[in-house]
Amino acid sequence: MRDQSIKSVLVIGSGPIVIGQACEFDYSGTQAIKVLKREGIRVILVNSNPATIMTDPEYADATYIEPLTPEFVEKILEKERPDAILPTVGGQTALNLAIALAKRGTLERLGIRLIGASRRAVEVGEDRQLFKEAMARIGLDVPRSAVVKSMEEAKAAVKVTGMPAIIRPSFTMGGSGGGIARTEAEFEDIVTRGLMMSPVHEVLIEESILGWKEYELEVMRDQADNFVVICSIENFDPMGVHTGDSITVAPAQTLSDPEYQRMRNAARDIIREVGVETGGSNIQFATNPKDGRLIVIEMNPRVSRSSALASKATGFPIAKIAALLAIGYTLDEITNDITKVTPASFEPTIDYVVVKIPRFAFEKFPGASSTLGTQMKSVGEVMAIGGTFKEAFQKGLRGLEIGANGFFLKGISDSGLTGDALDAEMARPSPDRLFHVRAAFDQGRSIANIYAVTAIDPWFLDQLQQIVDAERAIVREGLPSTPKAWFQTKQLGFSDARLGDLVGKTEAQVRTARKAAGIVPVYKRVDTCAAEFESHTPYMYSTYETECEADPTTKRKVMILGSGPNRIGQGIEFDYCCCHASFAFQEEGCETLMVNCNPETVSTDYDTSDRLYFEPLTFEDVMNIVEREKPDGVVIQFGGQTPLKLALPLFKAGVPIWGTTPDMIDLAEDRKRFAKLLDELNIPQPESGTASSIPEAAEVARRIGYPVLVRPSYVLGGRAMAIVYSADDLEAYAREAVKASPDHPILVDRFLEDAFEVDVDALGDGERVIIGGILEHIEEAGIHSGDSAMVLPTYKVKAEHITTIRDYTRRLGLALNVRGLMNVQYAIKDDKVYVIEVNPRASRTTPFISKATGVPMAKVAAKIAAGRTLEQLGLIADLEVRRVFVKESVLPFVKFQGSDILLGPEMKSTGEVMGIARGVGVAFAKAQAAAGTSIPTTGSVFISVHDRDKAEVLEMARFLHLSGFKILATSGTAAFLEKGGVPAQRVDKVGEGKPDCVDLIRGGQIQLVINTPLGRKSFVDDGAIRKQATQQGILALTTLTAAAATVDAVRALRTEGFEVESLQEILA
Amino acid sequence: MRRPAALVLEDGASFHGVSFGHAADATGEVVFNTSLAGYQEILTDPSYAGQMVVMTYPHIGNYGVCFDDMESKRAQVEGFIVREIASIDSSYRSEGSLEGWLDQQGIVGIAGVDTRALTRHIRTHGAKRGVISNAVGDLPALVARARNARDMNGLDLAKEVTTPIAYDFQAASTVIQPRFKVVAYDFGIKRNILELLAGSGCDVRVVPASTSAAETLAMKPDGIFLSNGPGDPDACTYAIESAKGIIDSGTPTFGICLGHQILGLACGGKTYKLKFGHRGANHPVKDLETGKVEITSQNHGFALDNSVFEKKEFAMTHVNLNDGTVEGFRHTELPVISVQYHPESSPGPHDSRHLFAGFVRMMEKQQEGLKA
Repeated sequence: MRDQSIKSVLVIGSGPIVIGQACEFDYSGTQAIKVLKREGIRVILVNSNPATIMTDPEYADATYIEPLTPEFVEKILEKERPDAILPTVGGQTALNLAIALAKRGTLERLGIRLIGASRRAVEVGEDRQLFKEAMARIGLDVPRSAVVKSMEEAKAAVKVTGMPAIIRPSFTMGGSGGGIARTEAEFEDIVTRGLMMSPVHEVLIEESILGWKEYELEVMRDQADNFVVICSIENFDPMGVHTGDSITVAPAQTLSDPEYQRMRNAARDIIREVGVETGGSNIQFATNPKDGRLIVIEMNPRVSRSSALASKATGFPIAKIAALLAIGYTLDEITNDITKVTPASFEPTIDYVVVKIPRFAFEKFPGASSTLGTQMKSVGEVMAIGGTFKEAFQKGLRGLEIGANGFFLKGISDSGLTGDALDAEMARPSPDRLFHVRAAFDQGRSIANIYAVTAIDPWFLDQLQQIVDAERAIVREGLPSTPKAWFQTKQLGFSDARLGDLVGKTEAQVRTARKAAGIVPVYKRVDTCAAEFESHTPYMYSTYETECEADPTTKRKVMILGSGPNRIGQGIEFDYCCCHASFAFQEEGCETLMVNCNPETVSTDYDTSDRLYFEPLTFEDVMNIVEREKPDGVVIQFGGQTPLKLALPLFKAGVPIWGTTPDMIDLAEDRKRFAKLLDELNIPQPESGTASSIPEAAEVARRIGYPVLVRPSYVLGGRAMAIVYSADDLEAYAREAVKASPDHPILVDRFLEDAFEVDVDALGDGERVIIGGILEHIEEAGIHSGDSAMVLPTYKVKAEHITTIRDYTRRLGLALNVRGLMNVQYAIKDDKVYVIEVNPRASRTTPFISKATGVPMAKVAAKIAAGRTLEQLGLIADLEVRRVFVKESVLPFVKFQGSDILLGPEMKSTGEVMGIARGVGVAFAKAQAAAGTSIPTTGSVFISVHDRDKAEVLEMARFLHLSGFKILATSGTAAFLEKGGVPAQRVDKVGEGKPDCVDLIRGGQIQLVINTPLGRKSFVDDGAIRKQATQQGILALTTLTAAAATVDAVRALRTEGFEVESLQEILA
Repeated sequence: MRRPAALVLEDGASFHGVSFGHAADATGEVVFNTSLAGYQEILTDPSYAGQMVVMTYPHIGNYGVCFDDMESKRAQVEGFIVREIASIDSSYRSEGSLEGWLDQQGIVGIAGVDTRALTRHIRTHGAKRGVISNAVGDLPALVARARNARDMNGLDLAKEVTTPIAYDFQAASTVIQPRFKVVAYDFGIKRNILELLAGSGCDVRVVPASTSAAETLAMKPDGIFLSNGPGDPDACTYAIESAKGIIDSGTPTFGICLGHQILGLACGGKTYKLKFGHRGANHPVKDLETGKVEITSQNHGFALDNSVFEKKEFAMTHVNLNDGTVEGFRHTELPVISVQYHPESSPGPHDSRHLFAGFVRMMEKQQEGLKA
């Protein structure tokens, strides 16, 4: 029964998207908030991430976009005095925060209890030693291990476990700082890093069970001790790869019932022993393939990425149910949403196969090792549902958007590696391993041989073998010649594009031939029960079978194309926009169809749209749905580059596109057409040119003058974009750029060094353009807008420039006939405003501005696409804000050892946070705190800047000195500062002597770093400084603008302090 | 190349695929099972006699077959219908491929079927008789054959699968010293029930379905067990008679599945045929006395209705939360307990194993009562 004493609950979100913690917690948090509110509970939310659905002001009763630190949350608790905190839907961040609040006595002092998981359960689940003891008490096996707090203890421990040994730091997320050590040197390295990264300076040294089979169970328990398994998951990649980086399959494929029940019994004993009384947990197991020995790896006493996957894989909404259990309901008191007639106290069973494949971004981090281990490195994932493993696997591969349209990746599968070299690549877990395995099949290797090298279960390898065998037959005999043969071929999951590659035909030709044979997919429903009960929820996947359950309606309907797997440059912001589009179309009376393949998202919650198609976002898969559903409109402007790439092909295929036309989108993307438009409008842009060869690019660069910004056309997130200072650099660079996007030429733009950059988001309806917000970058031009800190409203841009920007934006919007969203990037240099680029679609900053203004821009855009005018929607003036809002980016460098942390025109951040205050300084400080780097108000600051910057840094140094900071500087900078009257202690550069500046940072003797590089050519020294600072969470400022904002923040912090304010209060 | 085959139902619906396993035709009642694993236990469960089983999970055979997973001495189904039969088996436990074993066992299989469409058909129209055949050229003839297959209503199949002679059960593993003598009626008993009885301290004598109450009571058992089994409980008139005598004797009695239905009929209750039955390992059953929910393994096409609970001597103890059907009852005065589902699981969750301990407690109480 519902606990009536709980009248208000604080839900803690998971903060910015980072590797290991992504939109799955927006999905789980949003579900929890919705269901708690439906129960009449006052819901208070804190989350620093503005790009989430959950932070939309209409969800919680009080929404705090504030840093997720004990200090800030304590202030919120004091103000709101909730009865309870639900910490289990916000990932490790929320759990850690809740424990910190418990430890500092806040919860006891304010009489607030934790629901969903007790402090003890969290501690037993997370603390390696306590967990090991708990497992011993219930007679379960764990790997031999020891928890250590020093290198000496670690060395003693490894004598027991043997090498290779696994190192796992306590209380870090996504396995940060962990690894597998095979040599003594590696061991020392990883232990040192792990001890440093663990907030409690503790690591686990563990027996290696590399090559064992890995499984996960997603389980739930209620206060009546009812226990259910929602989903079993088997990892395709054997033990040794973080489950977030593994290909995983649901349900488990190779467990007999006795083995599975043994695991289930263990899971029940574990959740009881750990003490999770209400809610979900994820429990990971390993089994020895030789004798079945079962080992418990870990358990997470909360909803997780795997539980989001399990929810999407089965149709059972774990987070929603967990929230209901947390307030006292039992499983049998809750109804299954999908069947409407059966209770939630059952175990879902499925009649299809689900495959999850991670998406990586190593190309963004040159120098970082792509070897996978116990620390998660993937940035996103795709889930695919198929009638068989083969079908789901091939759908997953094409959904990844990595250039593979099936089980083959050009450049890897045909790299020509053989023998030992191929063995080495197959043995090394990496994003490419799978495609090396493909090469092994092509070279005639047997399943036994590949198993011996990879330890991938033979059952999976046999499935892959069947795919390869079928491909061979097609290469030999050509495309299928009968409808039956077509049907059987498509049943294996082949895309038309892959079949085309095999026989030297285009995708269009294959499609025509297939349709001529009358072979199209059917859609089946995800129903939690393998068809035993009727499904009332149209949650569908395609397969090649005899019966279709799509059952389309004849309502006015619109299809929304989602953004696919998360990647750097295309993440939660676009999912936010897609969800808003769906809500808006529903309000307009349309039926909404969502198409997406990212299991982490809110958009793939069956509750979000009227109908959900869990499908890859390829032309073929989208067209198949279009042909089945016949939507009145398809919208492509909300999901980022993924649907945008499909705009023209869909348009040409006669699909009605709502909103800004594909032709206008093309005009904005096509440099020549766009330059012509700007000329006509008399709007300046940096000189530019297009080149289809390297010499041509050099010629363009010579004409417009270095430095130049080069990039391939049609990119998002600045992929393969760089600032180039010389012809040599250009030549080296252009080779990579061409590789990055072979079908498109290279764009060369004059780079406006030292310019201010400004981002504008606007809405247009064809008649009118209104400006949502003008964001000023806190960092200099040349840093990708996705990585740059920004402030809204602008604080250093002259009024006349603002007027110009508004004017240009309006004229551009009208000229492009924008019907929906538009983002324009401007640069201001030497008192002149230039247009850098225009994107007539949703942008990464759309949710940020929506939160700041209280106007849901994506929703408005969708309504315009459905035929409304801005005037009808009550929007006739540019939007205003009532506070200062700072956006800061969160970077994943700490996960990519070896990669330089310098920012540049290529986007590298995974997520963002928002800081809100009445002044820029505090807003900036809050944003920094939310991003995990606190701004120091005392201590030592290390300054090392380029000559050009010295004059400007002097005044900052003077302020810091007067505020009591100790100034440390490299010799050149120190001399300059002293000449200006600021005492500075000289510190050696790397290589000059010991201790050098890096040693001081490592030793915790420096609290702030101001270090600007010389153009793009950074010194090894600079890289080492910033890397060390980043690893220790010290603010390392690489631009003077950021340094100025920081100094402003120090000033504000010393005088003002913080207050917390909900969005509802701000927007009221 | 596998031979094309079809599954044709009595209502004319047909589902196409290819043959595997034994090369022949087969007829039987087509029923679906939603378990993800445990195919071998299902195939060897005598309760499936006369039936052809559709597995709703598409990949079957992945971990091969293993002698330890046999629920009886042989495969008991008439036919086996899957989406995809494994071409490789991967498990350290495996002692052979499922396909090879089915062939040895003489079981006819059809693969490549749209099993979800078939399951939905059964869900909508009810369990149907069907035929699996390679004679795909003449579907009307196959429909006629399906219609000629045996109808489950009124069909006593227990007598076909029961042991011909009584025997003492030998447990596979060493068990605790037996404390109770139990007579188990074999209506199609699953091996794991016997293992669990033995594991609970019972010395089990397995007797044929037709054994009378007098014969059983003459053995002076501490407890009597009525097993699961196939077919229509109403047709087992001899067993119902025996059950009446057993109940009246006051001997602790425990029934499972068909045994439960027979006990229900002996108590004056009624049974009826469910539209498509319960077959799977995920059915939620609530214990009405403790309020706890257990995830149960089920396999039944008939069920006991509520009418018996109008009498005050009988209390419903368990209910199926999916459809409200009766899942268990007890006698309010005599030591009789009975469940429709399978606490021995195999395959399925072990949530309800405590029922065997409950049976033992009844026997303990009885002994204490006799001593006192």
